[in-house]
Amino acid sequence: MAAKTLTIDGRLISAAEDQTVLQAAKDAGIQIPTLCHLEGLSDIGACRLCVVEVAGSNKLLPACVTRIAEGMQVRTDTERLRHYRRMVLELLFAERNHVCAVCVANGHCELQALALALGMDHVRFEYRFPKYSVDITHHSFGIDHNRCILCTRCVRVCWYIEGAGTKNVAGRGAECRIITDLNQSWGTSETCTSCGKCVQACPTGALFKRGSAVAEMERDRTRLEFIVNAREKKQWIV
Amino acid sequence: METQAATSPETVPSKTEKHPSGDSRFRILEVFAKRHGCRQDALIEILHKAQELFGFLDEGLLLFIARTLKLPPSRVFGVATFYHHFTLTPQGEHTCVVCMGTACYVKGADRLLATVEKASGIKAGETTSDAKLSLLTARCIGACGIAPAVVYDGEVTPRQTPQAVTERIKAWLNHGSH
Amino acid sequence: MDHIDLLETKNRELRTRKPLCLRVCMAAGCMSSNGQAVKDSLEKEIRAAGLADQVEVRRVGCLRLCCEGPLVASDPKGELYQKVTPDDAHAVVAALKNGNGELKRGDLQHPFFSRQMSIVLENSGVVDPERIESYIAADGYQALHHALMEMEPKDVVDTVFRSGLRGRGGAGYPTGLKWSTVAKTSGDRKFVVCNADEGDPGAFMDRSVLESDPQRVLEGMAIAAYAVGATQGYIYVRAEYPLAIARLNTAIRQAKQLGLLGGGIFESGFTFNVEIRIGAGAFVCGEETALLASVEGRRGTPRPRPPFPAESGLWGMPTLINNVETFANVPPILRRGAEWFAGIGTQQSKGTKVFALAGKIQRTGLIEVPMGMPLRTIVEEIGGGAPEGNQIKAVQTGGPSGGCIPANELDTPVDYESLVRLGSIMGSGGMIVMDQSTDMVDVARFFMGFCMDESCGKCIPCRAGTVQMHALLEKILKGQATLRDLQRLEELCDMVKNTSLCGLGQTAPNPVLSTLRFFREEYLHRLRSLPISPGIPILPNGSHHGPPVAEAAKT
Repeated sequence: MAAKTLTIDGRLISAAEDQTVLQAAKDAGIQIPTLCHLEGLSDIGACRLCVVEVAGSNKLLPACVTRIAEGMQVRTDTERLRHYRRMVLELLFAERNHVCAVCVANGHCELQALALALGMDHVRFEYRFPKYSVDITHHSFGIDHNRCILCTRCVRVCWYIEGAGTKNVAGRGAECRIITDLNQSWGTSETCTSCGKCVQACPTGALFKRGSAVAEMERDRTRLEFIVNAREKKQWIV
Repeated sequence: METQAATSPETVPSKTEKHPSGDSRFRILEVFAKRHGCRQDALIEILHKAQELFGFLDEGLLLFIARTLKLPPSRVFGVATFYHHFTLTPQGEHTCVVCMGTACYVKGADRLLATVEKASGIKAGETTSDAKLSLLTARCIGACGIAPAVVYDGEVTPRQTPQAVTERIKAWLNHGSH
Repeated sequence: MDHIDLLETKNRELRTRKPLCLRVCMAAGCMSSNGQAVKDSLEKEIRAAGLADQVEVRRVGCLRLCCEGPLVASDPKGELYQKVTPDDAHAVVAALKNGNGELKRGDLQHPFFSRQMSIVLENSGVVDPERIESYIAADGYQALHHALMEMEPKDVVDTVFRSGLRGRGGAGYPTGLKWSTVAKTSGDRKFVVCNADEGDPGAFMDRSVLESDPQRVLEGMAIAAYAVGATQGYIYVRAEYPLAIARLNTAIRQAKQLGLLGGGIFESGFTFNVEIRIGAGAFVCGEETALLASVEGRRGTPRPRPPFPAESGLWGMPTLINNVETFANVPPILRRGAEWFAGIGTQQSKGTKVFALAGKIQRTGLIEVPMGMPLRTIVEEIGGGAPEGNQIKAVQTGGPSGGCIPANELDTPVDYESLVRLGSIMGSGGMIVMDQSTDMVDVARFFMGFCMDESCGKCIPCRAGTVQMHALLEKILKGQATLRDLQRLEELCDMVKNTSLCGLGQTAPNPVLSTLRFFREEYLHRLRSLPISPGIPILPNGSHHGPPVAEAAKT
């Protein structure tokens, strides 16, 4: 594997040629905000938080799916990008009903953490206040659609790591929602293996362990990395 | 829809009617799927055929399709709800589709729709309680040269006026099928 | 079939033609105005008059002037009859014999016809779309034969490249360049896909081409497949076009029977099969990666590019995707040469473009004009201007991804670059004329509602941003918005345009941006002025609009 050199935020960096901008930046200790990205899952470039400016391209490019190139000049933290990222978060907060104070993931939520990190302290858009239900028919887990940001991490982990294909996105546009099997209650699913990987993958409080109270839903992301490494690299030590 | 026990002679399904409900349309659908080699990428084709046969896609039908193509049910549901052509609820005896394409819109399609909504008492996307009429809108049926167009039971009708649609709808609602 | 068979088929078809011919438009527009009954009635009348061996009643595709349908053309008299009813059959047949019955005759010297130039539509309204022999008689499949027998694949790519043909689906990417990328990429299999998911509201060019001359599209696809090394083709066509689907099915079956599709075409080693895939009502599937997902039977959500379909398309294989009109241009380019095609149009935009003329205009229908024709010629001369003496206010091109060009820019030549400079795009060719009665903010709201409903929901800016922009436009229309709301709308337009994943989201703000650019006062007039509004500038025209302050204060 050949190495290539590129510049990220003014720093000269050397990275393997098959790496993405996101990986290269991470290896160099540069943090680019992400939401739909999760280590071990295939990337879809959907949340648009990781968009970066690349010299010579008039479009903003998602770092998670953009391969590095020799001599590439990347900026990850300009005022324009911060502005767009804050707006992405505003749109998310306005889209469903995110109430941190009563959320199981309060304090352990990626959406909340990003809002803090990016200085999104209020939402200028109209809250949509959609009506969504909570499904706690599963014996161990629950899903609260009010807190879902449709990052599809749970879907991808269910399909590509567990291989069960229980979860999917149904509907289109603003009507999109996460479903179980044929849009049935989770507890009646015949395909769910109750492995709990979706719960570990969820960035917000949408998927939770039953019995968790406010702020109790902590996740162990290394569990997923462990499984992926074990399956793909045949390495069992985390 | 469980596979029936082959050992018990009473429950061995006949060759023509495999589906336990006895509905031969399932058999037709299965033959259609087989013609596509039961390939998973033929899912949309098979959903089209299923809707053509049954009028709408209910849960049992979607599950049947999932099993025929060996796909997870969530995939079949996800695809069926992504495309607006597919409907998961029964449709009325008659359908009225008001085209809301740009050409029709600038020529007053919104007024036509309001007229039908008023005459039928239902909103776009709904079916009357007596199941006589389903009112739908289309994004553009490509009949812009004859705008505004309305599709009555699959028949594209040019240059519609509020009076014309009212007559058509009233005739259906009052006189039943013809 | 070999070349001799092809020529014999052509000659047999021409030999057996009757001296007189009535061409009856049987495209969707005229069909919906009772076109089938007109044809039946004409046939009956001709039998009754004992003229069956002299007169052919031919089913043809679009005769262009949709607003005057059903249309019947009479050869060799060269007359066009408009708004023909089944009862007119007697008069039409009498007219063949110099009778002068009561018929509404179309003026073929009118600019609507005389200013047009037919390449893509050369057979439209001439050949019978349900008989391959009719297409062969019009030199159909000569280009494919020429390519297979006398050209190397790279020469075909080179010819298309030199012709200057650009994608007719909207973005105008050079077709030859795309073909060359697919040709140079290696793969176990390659695919050619025809994008017939004409989703723009107000556009019906592709539908007309498929209904009028489906064989031409198949021939274009086969030439493309030979050029790039593909063996399988798909046509992705909207479910809303049942007639186009039926005619394509017939066309594919007939081409297979004659050995013009399938294995060993023209007894060469070249194999090409075509399958139809029917869309199911999702505008986003016009985006190429979403279209590919749909062909694979999945949810039609786009994915980031690169990799482009040319490198990794259907099932990861190199895939060429072109629009109907692009493929339809290919046979004449090969038949008549790249230089001929490159001689038409402008420096950057070659050839012709088909437009669907609709909206508040006298003559609606299908037109094909050379690139670079001023918009004014199209809407005022060809289209005859707005009806009832009204003034044209704007022309919308490019559908929900395009913009509204104001009347004072009508002298703009219609080519890819000029339209982009005006904040619109060529798009697939829908052209909707608006007059003074059209409310531009309402038009912007209409398109935003369209994009909101058609957003696939995958990326956040498009999924949630279109909802917010639509809400703000509603608020403005209701007279409840303030200048701050307008600023927010503009901020959202900028953000959604720059951060969305695919073309749908990236262009969704265009109708708002273009109406804000040219008709800003229509937005400002609707704003509510706040009783206490420090820092908010007074409206630029100095006047004070919106409800009185006292009323505004109550809300």
